[in-house]
Amino acid sequence: MASFKPTKIHVYPKLGEKVTQDTLYWKNYKAPIQIKQFGAVSNVAFSPVAPYNFAVTAFTRIHIYGPFSQEPIKSFTRFKDTAYSGRFRSDGQLLVAGCEDSVVRLFDVGGKTALRMFKGHTKAVHLTDFTSDRYQIVTGSDDYSCRLWDIPNATELNTYREHTDYIRCGVTSKLNRDLFITGSYDHTVKLFDVRTDKSVMTMDHEQPVESLLLYPSEGLLVSAGGRFVKVWDLLKQGQPLVSLRNHHKTVTCLCLSKNGERLLSASLDRHVKVYNTTNYKVVHNFDYPASILSLALAPYDESIVVGMTNSVLSIKHKKSPSESKDSTSQQRRRPSYRMFVKGKNYIPKQDDFLVGKQVKEHLAKHDKQLKKFNVSKALDTALESWTRRRKPEVTVAVIKELNRRGTLKNALAGRDEQELSRILNFLIGNLVDARFTLVLVTPAEMILDIYRSIIGQSPVIDRQLLRLHELLERELDYQRELLEVLGMLDTLFASSLPRNAVECSGISSSNGFFLTY
Amino acid sequence: MVEHADIRVVHRGGSKINFRAPVISDDSRLLLCASGECVKVYSTSTEECVHHLRAHTDVVTGVVLRPSNHLQVYSCSMDGTIRLWDFTDAILIKTYVIGQPIYSIYASAQHNGMFHLVAVHLQQSTEQLVEARELSVVISHVSSNPAAIAFGRAGEYLASTKGLQLEVFFLKKQKSNRFSLKEENKKGRKNTFSCVTCHPTDDCIATGHEDGQIRLWRNFSHKKEYTYSTLHWHHTTVGSLCFTPEGTNLLSGGVESVLVQWRYNQDTQRDFLPRLGAAITHVTVSPDGTLFTTTHSDNSKSCYTLTAQALLICLYCSRESIETDLLIDPRSKALVMNGKPGHLQFYSLQRDKLMYNLDIVQQEYIYQSDLQQFEVVKAAFNSSGNWLATVEREQKDAELELNLKLWAFDDQTQSFVLNTTISAPHENRITALCFSPATDSQTTTVLVSSSKDGHFKAWQLTYLQYEGPCWSCDFVGAYHGLVPSCCCFSADGSLLAVSFQEVVTVWSSASWELLTTLSQPPGDIRDLCFGQLSCSKYLLGTSTSNLLLCWNLLTCSCKITAPLLMYTSLPTFAVIAASFSSLLSVFVFKPSEPRPIFSQKAVCSGKVMRAVFAPREEMLESCEESSQWLNRCQLYFLSQHMDLMTFTTKAEEDKLMDSSKQLVIDDTVAMTPFHLLLGKRRKEREDSARPYTAGLPMSLTHVSSPSQLLQTPAHVLPSTSYLCSMFVRSLLISVTDNRSVTQYSYSTNTHSSAFTGFILHGSTSVPK
Repeated sequence: MASFKPTKIHVYPKLGEKVTQDTLYWKNYKAPIQIKQFGAVSNVAFSPVAPYNFAVTAFTRIHIYGPFSQEPIKSFTRFKDTAYSGRFRSDGQLLVAGCEDSVVRLFDVGGKTALRMFKGHTKAVHLTDFTSDRYQIVTGSDDYSCRLWDIPNATELNTYREHTDYIRCGVTSKLNRDLFITGSYDHTVKLFDVRTDKSVMTMDHEQPVESLLLYPSEGLLVSAGGRFVKVWDLLKQGQPLVSLRNHHKTVTCLCLSKNGERLLSASLDRHVKVYNTTNYKVVHNFDYPASILSLALAPYDESIVVGMTNSVLSIKHKKSPSESKDSTSQQRRRPSYRMFVKGKNYIPKQDDFLVGKQVKEHLAKHDKQLKKFNVSKALDTALESWTRRRKPEVTVAVIKELNRRGTLKNALAGRDEQELSRILNFLIGNLVDARFTLVLVTPAEMILDIYRSIIGQSPVIDRQLLRLHELLERELDYQRELLEVLGMLDTLFASSLPRNAVECSGISSSNGFFLTY
Repeated sequence: MVEHADIRVVHRGGSKINFRAPVISDDSRLLLCASGECVKVYSTSTEECVHHLRAHTDVVTGVVLRPSNHLQVYSCSMDGTIRLWDFTDAILIKTYVIGQPIYSIYASAQHNGMFHLVAVHLQQSTEQLVEARELSVVISHVSSNPAAIAFGRAGEYLASTKGLQLEVFFLKKQKSNRFSLKEENKKGRKNTFSCVTCHPTDDCIATGHEDGQIRLWRNFSHKKEYTYSTLHWHHTTVGSLCFTPEGTNLLSGGVESVLVQWRYNQDTQRDFLPRLGAAITHVTVSPDGTLFTTTHSDNSKSCYTLTAQALLICLYCSRESIETDLLIDPRSKALVMNGKPGHLQFYSLQRDKLMYNLDIVQQEYIYQSDLQQFEVVKAAFNSSGNWLATVEREQKDAELELNLKLWAFDDQTQSFVLNTTISAPHENRITALCFSPATDSQTTTVLVSSSKDGHFKAWQLTYLQYEGPCWSCDFVGAYHGLVPSCCCFSADGSLLAVSFQEVVTVWSSASWELLTTLSQPPGDIRDLCFGQLSCSKYLLGTSTSNLLLCWNLLTCSCKITAPLLMYTSLPTFAVIAASFSSLLSVFVFKPSEPRPIFSQKAVCSGKVMRAVFAPREEMLESCEESSQWLNRCQLYFLSQHMDLMTFTTKAEEDKLMDSSKQLVIDDTVAMTPFHLLLGKRRKEREDSARPYTAGLPMSLTHVSSPSQLLQTPAHVLPSTSYLCSMFVRSLLISVTDNRSVTQYSYSTNTHSSAFTGFILHGSTSVPK
């Protein structure tokens, strides 16, 4: 006497990315917190000191957010026009920002009004940064010049007019107080030394440069512009190392993860790509709802902050270790104390005949009904809302099993309005799912056969049938379009393939013989 | 062509055992069932076949215990004879010749010194009763179905059903009452009788009907005032009915494969024993009522105790069509083929016994007349037996559902575990499946499947980082849109031959390049096979134009085209190709020689269904050229009647006979723990007593134990004084013997567990 074999529930393969250490790491973030700003978020900068507040530059304001608050703990609103590039000094005390009105403002993080105003540029200032000695500021502007300012005196120290287009990005060296790098729309990246009046190194990016990034060792420079991300070796006179083309729109922002092992690039194509910095392969990808203008990673990767053109700031916090553990393993309930102790210390002797405890087979609800040949009830249990929504494959498996037994028609017949609408709802939701279509077409046809006579009696059912009809029409159109595209692709491939006959030991085998991988 | 006298066809197992209801001996220890031309005797405790009762020359149609002697059994056969056997020792006692084909036999316990026999000859439709070799017709117009006749209480009457009529014949009054039913009752059900049985202690006849009803007839000694009640659970024909010996329960079974137990006189109470595997054809109860036996349509037999737990015997399922072909499991050397629906059976060739059924489809089997089930249609093992590939198919109208499953052998559980399921591997049915032979452990195993959709696919084992090994598609190949029919790997795994209708293509398995195509005289290729060992350069094939083809792959030339009427597959092993022609002859070729090295005509009656070469466990050292091909392997083939046959040499057969004689099963005393202890003691005593009696005359040596001393007649005994001393001495021996035990117990008294170990050790040595 064999035991009842439960319904086989097909495991559908999960399409998409493979699970790697990287995906596990980068997926270990909570759902994003979204904060609406007044305009497109052009810059996000983290304070280098704890508690790692970050400054968000959007439209005419700069907000400073704490690591966990959703409300700004501080805002600077005294800008006459759009503000740009709000950056912290390395001690986290001062903040500098450029503005559309060509004035560079220096703020005390605790204060409200600007401590200093640096006037001298004639056009909007998109680049502001502190040098590593903390007493000077580098700015770059749309008037093609970049300047060096002294903070205590609020005087201009030097002006560099080597670029021939807007200067939109730049970075100062953290190790050497005399070095800074600027990137411009004239496709070049220039390295300046304060001790000389000219640039000491020029690199040609071949696209308007949007963002620059220095490695912590400062031997490598990463530049982003156009669709390209390029890596330069500064120790070899600016020799290009790699050129990455993984985005299909302009790359706007670059960022390094905590230990410099991963490079992140954000783009207008709404993706953030994570690269491995040893082989520069993409190891992970984040999708965002709008084009990304700014990106920043908190120290130790505690959070990812992204600013977008639709003026939404998205903050993802890392899950705490306890949270991530909870999701992976649910603790099983221990057997009760009495069960646990009974016969616990008994060790079977060598010649003992062990009588195993009979394991009670556990059947799912629908299997229990199927075992008793209650076909309608089996379908009912499979259509319970939780199963129907969360595990449609179980419902589909039961429908398939009923169909195999030849009793699907009996199970579908004799339903009242409510039950029928539940079945129809399920069909509408899953009929066009490619995994289930083959199975679900049969019950859909059967329902039409059985209930043809009562069409028109219930408005609910009629509406659902119409929806089903529409759905199928749409699906048909869609499939037709897909076939058309496939046909076009085939002709393209056929015309692009080289036509050289393969000689095969005296037997011509090239025509009609093809390989598909 | 030369006939070889020393190689002969031998029956090696299989054959139907579900043809007639089995018989259980009085002590419930032996089970007898008709199987082809012999009666097989099985032990219910060990499931082994103990004896074969062979003497009949045609199909055995009935087996019945002799009522007057419970150690004897009658068997009847289509050859017109009835034979009386002593089944415990397999001795033929008597043969009665009737002269007409006998379809069934019945015996009544109350008619001492004679036996009743109902023989039905189909042309004359007569029924004959033999009393001490005299025939007399009892009832004419009876059904040839043995279930349609039954003896009533104490053998007073006989119930016979045919069509819509029940006839009760009273043997004392020599008159019969006929009751007939209407053709169809109100609900349009068929009322035709399917089986009948009588209550052992009550005047009640139970009849089964084709609509699934069971009627209990009472008061049938009156023509008019008879009554019947109806029991209904089965939804189609009741296959078999049986009362338990006390008459408290009625057992019924049918195609639903559920054994139903009805309480007599409590019609509403019933118990079920569901999912017995296949349709029940016979139900029998042992005379002491402890065992039920059900025989199933798939040729299996199960015994259930009253607690309904134990599956005691399950034998060799045979099927109408074996779609998977015969395979040999390289690991266990078992024969593998379709078993129960959706299962593969592993059948031990050495022991003629089903080892186990592997559930391939893993779906609840539901019987329904027009229900399409998943069928296992193809299976293949890789050369080490680590992987098993199976294809299951369900054809529902126009839809075709295919699943390719790959099973890995698990060393811990010693069975196959499902590794990968590939649903819809091809768009049309799969025609062939083969694994590449693994030459060393480094090379990955490749599975090739060819399908009617015009493609063949290579599947490769890939190792995923987190999920372990699984199979994925590596290559899809096609040739001019032709349909591939069979595929085969060369012995070293470097070449893959795929036949596309008339063309054979040879591919390199390393790069999946088409190397060459081979042509042949018109006719599609039906089978392909590479030679092995010294003949690995040859590729063999058969075509629909009845040709055996052999290509030499070094020169790409077709070497032999032997015009043969081929009709079954040709498996090859070592350097051998065997082929069955429609004349039922077997020819064995060496691929390098155009002449057969062995041939035999008329190997069996009927068609040969399938054939397979099985490797031998130990090589034979036959030097004769004609039988050399049998040295490394054996050719097994399955006849139309599901008999498994093979070729053996005379020398080998003699060796087998010798070994079988040594195998004597001592079943006389039940193996109770009490017996184990006492038997040990007695045996020791016997053994030890023997040396002391060595000086006696031979006739006296057996007079060693006191019991034997008392049983022996006084006049053959020597003088009492002599015996007395011997008797005392024998007692002395037993005392010393006991002492040794007690000494042992003293020495081991501190560890009581060791003492029990000693006793149990002694007990295990007793049965030998």
